[in-house]
Amino acid sequence: MADTTGSDATSPRRKGLLDTLEVDTRLLGMIGAFVVLCLVFNFVTEGRFLTPRNVFNLTIQTVSVALMATGMVFIIVTRHIDLSVGSLLATCSAVMAMTQTVVLPNWLGFDYGSGAIAPLALIAGLVVGTLIGAFNGWLVGYLTIPAFIVTLGGLLVWRNVAWYLTNGQTIGPLDETFQLLGGINGTLGETGSWIVGAVAVVAAILALASARRSKKAHDFPVKPLWAEVVLGVVIAVVILGFVALLNAYDIPENRLERMFEARGETMPEGYTEGYGIPYSVLLLILVAVVMTVVARKTRLGRYIFATGGNPDAAELSGINTRLLTVKVFALMGFLCALSAAVASARLTFHSNDIGTLDELRVIAAAVIGGTALAGGIGTIYGAILGALIMQSLQSGMAMVGVDAPFQNIVVGAVLVLAVLIDILYRKRTGAK
Amino acid sequence: MVDRSGTPLVELKDISIAFGGVKAVDHVSVDLYPGEVVGLLGHNGAGKSTLIKCLSGAYRQDSGDVFINGQKAAINNPRDARGYNIETIYQTLALADNLDASANLFLGREIVTPLGLVNESAMEAETRKIMNRLNPNFRKFNAPVSALSGGQRQSVAIARAVYFNARILIMDEPTAALGPAETQMVAEIIQELKRQGIGIFLIDHDVHQVKRLCDRAAVMKNGELVGCVDVDDVSTDDLLGMIIAGKKPEHLAA
Repeated sequence: MADTTGSDATSPRRKGLLDTLEVDTRLLGMIGAFVVLCLVFNFVTEGRFLTPRNVFNLTIQTVSVALMATGMVFIIVTRHIDLSVGSLLATCSAVMAMTQTVVLPNWLGFDYGSGAIAPLALIAGLVVGTLIGAFNGWLVGYLTIPAFIVTLGGLLVWRNVAWYLTNGQTIGPLDETFQLLGGINGTLGETGSWIVGAVAVVAAILALASARRSKKAHDFPVKPLWAEVVLGVVIAVVILGFVALLNAYDIPENRLERMFEARGETMPEGYTEGYGIPYSVLLLILVAVVMTVVARKTRLGRYIFATGGNPDAAELSGINTRLLTVKVFALMGFLCALSAAVASARLTFHSNDIGTLDELRVIAAAVIGGTALAGGIGTIYGAILGALIMQSLQSGMAMVGVDAPFQNIVVGAVLVLAVLIDILYRKRTGAK
Repeated sequence: MVDRSGTPLVELKDISIAFGGVKAVDHVSVDLYPGEVVGLLGHNGAGKSTLIKCLSGAYRQDSGDVFINGQKAAINNPRDARGYNIETIYQTLALADNLDASANLFLGREIVTPLGLVNESAMEAETRKIMNRLNPNFRKFNAPVSALSGGQRQSVAIARAVYFNARILIMDEPTAALGPAETQMVAEIIQELKRQGIGIFLIDHDVHQVKRLCDRAAVMKNGELVGCVDVDDVSTDDLLGMIIAGKKPEHLAA
């Protein structure tokens, strides 16, 4: 039986193209589903779905849920759940809104429009989010209250803490610098976007090269060089294509005129400029990279997955699983705060119902993305793709003119279907 | 023969643990010398696993002390035990099924790069080295351990205990789930570890196996120690008598 498994470099075997490229077939399936979804919507809407404008909107709408979904992956992988993320988002948003509109200007005497307001408000929100998350984690890890209960309570508590903090009022408009995080009000511009795209391509190629080098250093089998090149080219095309698409969405003329006026210049005749990558999307990419590195390359990530796979084994291996729970929930709280900043900046105000039902979208995104509720399995990119698929479904259906109740019916059905397909896929491939 | 003139590697002195009203371990003392294998025998529920978990840090004794190399040791959790070079192979193996062999082998003690990131290649290389020694047929380095056979999983658990220079090894029914060839492999590993001067506590149900692998056998019944005997002084029937009736054989009781 050893021979069937020992397919190392010495025994060349006919392998499929996908095997040689060593791409995750599951990921490929999800991307395939996503592409089909986009094409169908594009066909039905007569080409309106895949316009630069709609892609731009789709990405900025996805960011808030996707940010939280990356944290939810860790929560679910460690066999917990967090039902309070939407409410936590509201509390963080309320804290940030009150900090920039009341606390800093009125109590501490900052000038309206002062450059320090946005960063201070953001920090206040992040600290509060992290602390509340850590508190949830402490209740779960040290006091051993089931996460379902702690966060179900949190769902009520934090939603209403947010209400109390703002007296239920809509707080806005938010600080202009703060609004840069929202998407449409803060983009890199065309040149900046190309630079970011180029850096990303170089980084991806360097990562591929360094992985190959480190495998070679230990004499492990590596895939053929052409396979690496193909993979590199695909990655580069995807990244640069994405940048090109976002750059193709032109800033409206009257808005450009106002921008030039603000700088005391007049706009040249026929001048156009694209939006480029929104800061919020850049933030999501950054978070995705960091979270992926944490999951795959750090001890923390190892311990998260080990604990999800076998909590007793993790404990017996000397891992402090209680503290780990606190860390995972604190991270979730931090991401809720980040997401709150993006969500409220996109709206340009804090509203009492911000983040309502986000907990379900976030959990659904993680689960559609292949995170197993039994724990131990899940990927960051999967969760982000899951969030993107859900958002595309929602806005695609809205564009097609599907009635609101049917939209939610479809999203709910897709969630269940996605899990069913996942179960069948795992059975078929023999993975657990 | 094992030299028992020096300081014992481990001394469990007067250990007691109760769960609720049940005395799981009742004033038991056992010691272990370098290069020695001490078998722990007894019915299910006799208290052998509970006793040994005080040494591995999974439980904390109510009373009694643990001495390592003659020094009193404070073992409050599995991390402390590892600090004393005590390694345990649990009956359940304590493997994270979703991770591969090298991730399990280094769980809690990963090799990291200067940047603090886990060095997967280095860990896999080390895993290949030790698995080559323990189980040369082992090939599934990149599969999650859930995809491995019982013997392969066992060898991962053993590799984990051996790799980190254990001085004291606890094996909880290491061959319970194994076939004859794999049992033989475990026996050979035990002999090699003995030669290296490692002390081993072996919890087992099989008296023949204990006669074959161990130097001494400590028999427990209802949480109490029936006796600790040299395996060469007793027959398997004597051992069975100790386990079932809780009586020391007459020629030794005198």
